[in-house]
Amino acid sequence: MPKPKVAFYWCASCGGCEETVVDLAEDLLAVVEKVDIVLWPVALDFKYKDIEAMADQSIFATLLNGAIRSTEQEAMARLLRRKSRYLIAYGSCACTGGIPSLANQFPREQILKFNYEDAPSVVNEAKTRPQLVFEEDGRRPHLPELHHVVRSLDQVVEVDYYIPGCPPTPKITQAAVAALLDGRLPPKGAVLAPDIALCEECPRRDSKPTDVAFTEFKRTHQKLLDPDKCFLAQGVVCMGPATRQGCGAQCLAGNMPCTGCFGGTDRVKDQGAKILSSLCANIGPKEEAGINQVLAGIPDPVGTFYRYGLAKSLLRRKVDLPMNNGK
Amino acid sequence: MYTPKKHEPVRIGFYVCHCGTNIAGMVDVQALARYVATLPNVVVSRDYKYMCSDPGQEMIVQDIIENRLNRIVVAACSPLLHEHTFREATRRGGLNPFFFQMVNIREHDSWVHTDRQLATRKAMALARAAIQRVPLHKPLEVKKVSINPNVLVVGGGIAGIHAALVLANAGKQVYLVERDPTIGGHMAKFDKTFPTLDCAMCVLSPKMAAAGSHPNITLWSYSEVVKVDGYVGNFKVTVRRKPRYVLEDLCTGCQECVEACIYKEPKFRDEFNLGLSKRKPVFLPFPQAIPPVVLIDPETCIELKTGKCKKTCVEACGDRKAIDFKQKEELREITVGTIIVATGFQIFDAKRTPYYGYGIYPNVYNALEVERLVNASGPTGGEIILRNGQVPKKVAIIHCVGSRDENSNRWCSRVCCLYSLKLAHLIHEHTQAEIYNFYIDIRTPGKSMEEFYCRIAEEGINLIRGRVADVYPDPSDGATGRLIVQAEDTMLDCIMKVPVDMVVLSVGLEPHSDTEKIRRLFNMSCSSEGWFLERHPKLAPVSTFTDGIFLAGCCQGPKDIPDSVAQAGAAAAEAFSLIDKGNIEQEPNTAFVVEAECSGCKSCIPLCPYTAISLLPDKKKAYINEALCKGCGTCVAACPSGSIVQNLFEDAEIFNEIEGLLAPTSF
Repeated sequence: MPKPKVAFYWCASCGGCEETVVDLAEDLLAVVEKVDIVLWPVALDFKYKDIEAMADQSIFATLLNGAIRSTEQEAMARLLRRKSRYLIAYGSCACTGGIPSLANQFPREQILKFNYEDAPSVVNEAKTRPQLVFEEDGRRPHLPELHHVVRSLDQVVEVDYYIPGCPPTPKITQAAVAALLDGRLPPKGAVLAPDIALCEECPRRDSKPTDVAFTEFKRTHQKLLDPDKCFLAQGVVCMGPATRQGCGAQCLAGNMPCTGCFGGTDRVKDQGAKILSSLCANIGPKEEAGINQVLAGIPDPVGTFYRYGLAKSLLRRKVDLPMNNGK
Repeated sequence: MYTPKKHEPVRIGFYVCHCGTNIAGMVDVQALARYVATLPNVVVSRDYKYMCSDPGQEMIVQDIIENRLNRIVVAACSPLLHEHTFREATRRGGLNPFFFQMVNIREHDSWVHTDRQLATRKAMALARAAIQRVPLHKPLEVKKVSINPNVLVVGGGIAGIHAALVLANAGKQVYLVERDPTIGGHMAKFDKTFPTLDCAMCVLSPKMAAAGSHPNITLWSYSEVVKVDGYVGNFKVTVRRKPRYVLEDLCTGCQECVEACIYKEPKFRDEFNLGLSKRKPVFLPFPQAIPPVVLIDPETCIELKTGKCKKTCVEACGDRKAIDFKQKEELREITVGTIIVATGFQIFDAKRTPYYGYGIYPNVYNALEVERLVNASGPTGGEIILRNGQVPKKVAIIHCVGSRDENSNRWCSRVCCLYSLKLAHLIHEHTQAEIYNFYIDIRTPGKSMEEFYCRIAEEGINLIRGRVADVYPDPSDGATGRLIVQAEDTMLDCIMKVPVDMVVLSVGLEPHSDTEKIRRLFNMSCSSEGWFLERHPKLAPVSTFTDGIFLAGCCQGPKDIPDSVAQAGAAAAEAFSLIDKGNIEQEPNTAFVVEAECSGCKSCIPLCPYTAISLLPDKKKAYINEALCKGCGTCVAACPSGSIVQNLFEDAEIFNEIEGLLAPTSF
C-alpha cells in the first residue's frame, strides 16, 4: 500500500511552526517512515506547477501554517485545499490570524507608508514601493499583492482541523498526526487540543486567591516575578483562564504568564472579550477614576488580549477598511 | 407533560397581538404574520386582536394540540405583563412552559416609533430573532423556595408606622428602622391636618405608642440600614444602630437628667423645632417621642467632648444607670423576607429661591416652621410670635415655592395648596391677622378638599392669583422688619405691592438628598425627579422592580396623609400576600457550571452578588448553589472559558437571537 502523502506549507508566518516540525527530532523519522512528504518548501524545493499537476484530493493531509495576507497565499491555500483530503490549520496564524492579524488595526496604506517611508531605520528618498509588476533585464516579474486585511485560513477556504499554538508543541503535533494516520478523527472542525482552560493544568493554580480584586496591572518587565505564585495574583495579566490547555504550561514553567496562543475554548467566540470581561469584573476599585487607574497598567489592550486572534475575533478589523472580503 | 424529542422537527406557532390599536396602529400585524409564516420551522402564524384574552390563549392551546406545535412565540407587550400568561397557555396545551418565547413589539416598538413601515420592519426583525432562538429552548422546571415571614419597614413616618402595625397585628415579626431618634416623621411636626382640622398629634401619637410597644415590632430608632444582601424571601440586612449614650431598656423617659444637665439653660439648636427653639446636650426630641428615651448629642455634651464634666445627669439618673458614655455604634444583622421602603421626603430648601428672602429676612418662614409656631407644644406654645417678638398683623402665604417651577422642581407637590389654606385659617385664628395667599392655581383634588377650600375662602382671606416675583424690606419702615410682597395679580391685571409683617413660604416636597444611596441599597429605580419608581403606575403602584421590596408614602411621590396611609396598607398587604403563600416560585433562569469544562480559575466566585458560587475543595471546580442563584448572568459573562451556562440565556440562544435580529429583512 502506498504511503499517505503529506504536505507542509507556510503563508504569513514567522517560521516558528516549521521549527516545531523539526523539534519533533528523532520522532520526525517515525513520521517520515509512515508518510510521503510531497511538499515542504522550507526544506525541499518545489514549483507551483508540481502541485498543480497533482490529482485533486491526492494529498492525504496538508498542514498549513501562517495567516493569509497576500494574493499568492490565498491562491496557494485554495490550490492546496483542492489537492488535499484534509486541510489542517497549523498554528495560531492559520487558526485565528495570529500575530500578523494585529495588522488589522491599521489600513494597508498606513502599514506600507510606515515600513517604506516613515520607519526610523528606513532611508528611501525616492519613496520606492514594491510594484506588482515591473520590468528588469527584459523580464516582467510579478509580485503578490497584499490584501487589506489578514485572514485566518478558514476565512478563505474550508478547514478540516485545527492544531493551535504559537507554535504548536511537538506533543500535540505528534498526537494530531498519529490520530490522522490511525483514522481516529474527531468531528470535522475540531481543534486537536484539550477543551479546557490552562489554569486546570497550571502548577500555580492553588496560589490564586478567590478574590484577586486587582488594584494594579504590571507588565512582566516592570516587576520581579514570583516563580510560584499565580500571575494574576501578582497583578500581571495572564491569559490562562481564557486559553485552551495542551501546551503543558511551558511559559509558566519559564516564569512567564500565558499570552493566549492556544486560543479560547470551543465554547468561546471571542477569547479577548472573555478575558476582558473576567479581568475587568474583578478590578478592585468600583468607581470610574479608580478603574481607569488600574486599567492604565494595560497600555495595549488589543495586543494583550487579542495577540493571536484578532482576525477571528468579533472585532476582526478596523472599520474604515474597504469591505470587499479583504481583497 | 409533553416534551419534544431531541431530533423531532421543530414546529413553531407564532402569534401577533393587535393589542387593540396599541400595536396594530403602528405595526402592520397582518404583514408581520405573513412574513413570519415564511420563516423556517414556522407551522402556524396568526394575528389576533387580544392575545391575552381567553379566546387568544385558547387559540394557542388548540393549535398546540391540533398542529402538534412544540414551540410557541407570541409578539405582544412586555414579558413583564404577560410572559406568565402565555407560558401558562403553553403549559395548558401540554408543552413545557419554557418552550415559549415572548417578543415585545409594544414598549419596544409600536409605542416608541412613528414610522409605520419601519416599525413593521423592526417587528419582523424582533420576531425573527425569537423564531431563531426558540428551537434551542429546553424544558425547565420551576423551583420553589420558602419565604422568611419577617418584614423590614424602613422609615418611621406615618406610612412606615401604619405598614408596621398592619403586619404586626397580623402576627408578623416586623423590624421598624428609623433614622431619627424618634418615629413620627413629618406628621409629628404638624399642628392640624386638612381638611378636617383635627389635631395631627392626637391621631398620630396613639399609633406611635402602639408601634413602640407592640410585641411583634422591634423598633430601632436612631438606626440606619447600611447593607442589603439576598433576594425576595431571604434578605440579609445590616442595620447600624447609632449610640445615643443612653441605654434604651433602662431609660424611663423621666427626663430628670435633662433637668440636671450641667447646662442650666437650653443652648443648642433644636432640630425638631427647626431651630426655632433650643435644647440641651441631653434631650428628648418632643414630649410624645417614641421610644420615650432621651439621647445625648456627642457634638455638644461636655463629657463626650472632653471627658471633664461633673456628670450631673448620671447623678440624677441614679440607680437606673441608664446613661452610658461608652456606648458604641452597633451593627445588627437580620433576615427578612420582604421590605417596605417608607423613607419619606424632605422639604424644599427655600434658600434656593433667594428672591423670597428666606434666611435673609427674619420674618420669612417656611411652612414647616409655621406648623411648629402654631403648635401648642411648639417653641412658642402655640402663639404666633415673630423673631422680633411681635404678633403679625398682615401675613402673606406664597404657594408653589420649589414646585411647578422650571428653575427648581417641576412637579406639583400636591399638598401645598391645601396646607397653605389650612395655615391661612390657623394663623388668622391665632392672630386675627389679615392673610394674603398668592397662588398660581388652586388645586384641591380629593375627598372633601374642594369643600375645605370654599370654607376657608369664605372666611375672608385674600386669594390672589399671581406668582410672587419679589420679597423685600419695606423702605418706609426700617425698624419693624416689615416686608413688601410684589406680585402680579393676573385676575386684575395689575402689579400688587403688599406690605406684610410675615411671609410664609409654602415649600414643596422633594426626594431626600441621599435618595441615590437608598436606591442603590435596595436596588430600586428612581424616576427622573428622584422619587422611587413603582413597578407599574397603575397596576403595581406599591411594588418595585425588585421582588419583595415595596413602597409606601412620599418616597414614591408627594401625597397627603390619607394616601400615605392607604399606600402603606397596600404595601403591607402585598408583603403579607407573599408571606402567606409561604414560598416563591423561582424563575429557572439560573446558571450552572459545566464541571468537566471548568478550569477552576475562580474568576467567577467573587463576582456573584448572591454569594451562590463556591469552589468545590476536592475537585477544585466552581459550583453554583441553584437555590441562591438569581439568574443575573454576571458569572456567565465573566467566565473566561465559557464554562458557565445560564438556562434560557445559553450562548447559542443569544447568538441565534442576535443573528436573527441583524439578518436583512426583505418583504
